[in-house]
Amino acid sequence: MQAQTRAGLAALITGVVLIQLFTAFTGTEYFLTQLTMSAYYALLVIGLCALMGYAGQISIGHAGFFAIGGYLSALLTTYNLQPLAEHPAVSLPARLGLLFTWENLYGETLLTFAPWAAAIIAMVAAALVALLVGVPVLKLRGHYLAMATLGFGTIIYRVVLALPILGEADGISEVPGFVMLPAGIVGDAALMISGDSSQRIFNYYIAWIVLLLGLILLLNLMNRSRSGRALRALHGSEEAAEACGVDTSRVKLQVFVLSAVYAALAGVLLTHFNGGIGPAEATVMKSVRYVALVAVGGMTSLWGALFMGVGLSFLSLRGVFGSYDDAVFGLILLAVMLFAPGGLAQINSRIPWRRLLPLKRTQDGDHA
Amino acid sequence: MSPELFFQYLVAGITYGAVYAVVAIGFNIIYNSTGIINFAQGEFVMLGGMIAITFAQWLPLFWAIAAAVAATMLIGALMELCCIRRLKEPGILQMLIITIGISILLREAALHIWGEGIHSLPYFYGDAITAWTFGPVRLSPQVAWVLLACTLMVLGLQLFFNRSPLGREMRACAVNRTAALLCGVKARNMVTLSFVLSAGMGAVAGCMISPITYTQYDSGAALALKGFTAAIIGGLGNSMAAVAAGLLLGILEAFSITLVPLAFQDAVSVSLLLFILFIKPHGLFGSSEAARLKAF
Repeated sequence: MQAQTRAGLAALITGVVLIQLFTAFTGTEYFLTQLTMSAYYALLVIGLCALMGYAGQISIGHAGFFAIGGYLSALLTTYNLQPLAEHPAVSLPARLGLLFTWENLYGETLLTFAPWAAAIIAMVAAALVALLVGVPVLKLRGHYLAMATLGFGTIIYRVVLALPILGEADGISEVPGFVMLPAGIVGDAALMISGDSSQRIFNYYIAWIVLLLGLILLLNLMNRSRSGRALRALHGSEEAAEACGVDTSRVKLQVFVLSAVYAALAGVLLTHFNGGIGPAEATVMKSVRYVALVAVGGMTSLWGALFMGVGLSFLSLRGVFGSYDDAVFGLILLAVMLFAPGGLAQINSRIPWRRLLPLKRTQDGDHA
Repeated sequence: MSPELFFQYLVAGITYGAVYAVVAIGFNIIYNSTGIINFAQGEFVMLGGMIAITFAQWLPLFWAIAAAVAATMLIGALMELCCIRRLKEPGILQMLIITIGISILLREAALHIWGEGIHSLPYFYGDAITAWTFGPVRLSPQVAWVLLACTLMVLGLQLFFNRSPLGREMRACAVNRTAALLCGVKARNMVTLSFVLSAGMGAVAGCMISPITYTQYDSGAALALKGFTAAIIGGLGNSMAAVAAGLLLGILEAFSITLVPLAFQDAVSVSLLLFILFIKPHGLFGSSEAARLKAF
């Protein structure tokens, strides 16, 4: 890992800790809730950035993958299997330890999939769907690809809105917490991903650790691996990359599946954190918003995508934009594409004082 | 299925199909002159309906519609002048995202101006239950209005492109922009004109269909997706095939109700779109050779 990347990561970690300490001292810990949610959205955004910025493939359907992850884990962890306990399809996973028994708000005892098992199933399902959709869709170029992914997102939205088992317009609620450390290891209570205010600080750190790990994995993949170089060659010119022996469709598919898994993971964790998920998470407008966040971050910059993903999601979740929320994202999308197609990072590099900084100027597309 | 029901579905399908056809032609006009798929195409339909509903409070119906169409054309022109024209060497992702951004802004503007409620123009003739009876089939006069308007628009457009000098200049730009420029055609103005034309067509369709389907701030997105499906089935850029494809799509959708629940009706046409793209990535009549050579 380059020194610059390492310095960036160290600065980010310091910033994350400082923000938590700052909120603890000023008694504004409620900010952590939105920062946690923003971190999960940013996880999706950096995955999409790898797809859009590096592989050059647009997707207006990533809210669909987010919904697949979120809905599947919510369904598996809330659907009571108790009446079917004797059925071999239920007793087998029970013996493998995939199920767990818990009590919901109303005191009912439920036998459902354990959150970790549900999370794995949800991510595998999202990867499979991405594979299935990706093979034909990634053959498409430009507008066709945009419309096909838009169509995919629309289908997912229609499905979650129409299926009674997924709660139709209400979505699924009462999703249990995702226990990370059982009770007794650190303190008396179990540490889990849930919206409980006593778990706020823990959840904040978990979200940022997941985001950081996701970022490190992508940074290594994009900037230092063979596939990363292949991807960037692909973005420059598909024909030239192919002529150099890059299996373009394979590389595109790999990064598409990877970004879908990122989206699904974000969906799973955010669903546990929020205690539920609704069809609003699957709308096309959400997908467009993720595209906007990648665009404003500068397309080829994972760091830009991360900061814009966290920052703008945070402002939006705080309700700063009020009823103009969607309009603000549309305006951002339009303004960035018209005036700074390279994203805000590009504007920054035009400012003369940047030359005074001792940082070595990296080559374009190598913002590590 | 009884013959009455069959014909009733058929009429419903043709009505929707005619609107999809108009949206598809709108896509094609802009695609031919710029190579852009205009994601805001559905918003033109919505705006036409909404503006006409507002004007209809003060003006007679005909003038309200005329004013709405003119206003939507102006919006289309502004969209081109303010956004598309300033791009020097736009990448495909850039243009795509710009039209998506514009469609969101138009939709949100409509939300703040007209609210979330459902609006509609009055029926042009009679009311919701007026119907002409042809044997077993009952036909609402409004359906006749939709079909008449769509047919006139398609024929008018055909005449315009084939007979008028301006239409020929537009076609020249579509075939070869550089050559058209060398012949003295003002290619940039032709692009503006294509936006104006397709905005106007969308607005007319939006007014005609408003009494039947109602108009809501977000009704454009679904129309755009279906119009695009029709454009793809017919092959991008081919307006006459788009008419056939639009009608086909509308009829398919109407009959799909007999097989799948209403909630999945939108999913039917989208699945069709995905299926066609999967087997023929460049549309049913598009050639893959040509698509590889084209920049977009």
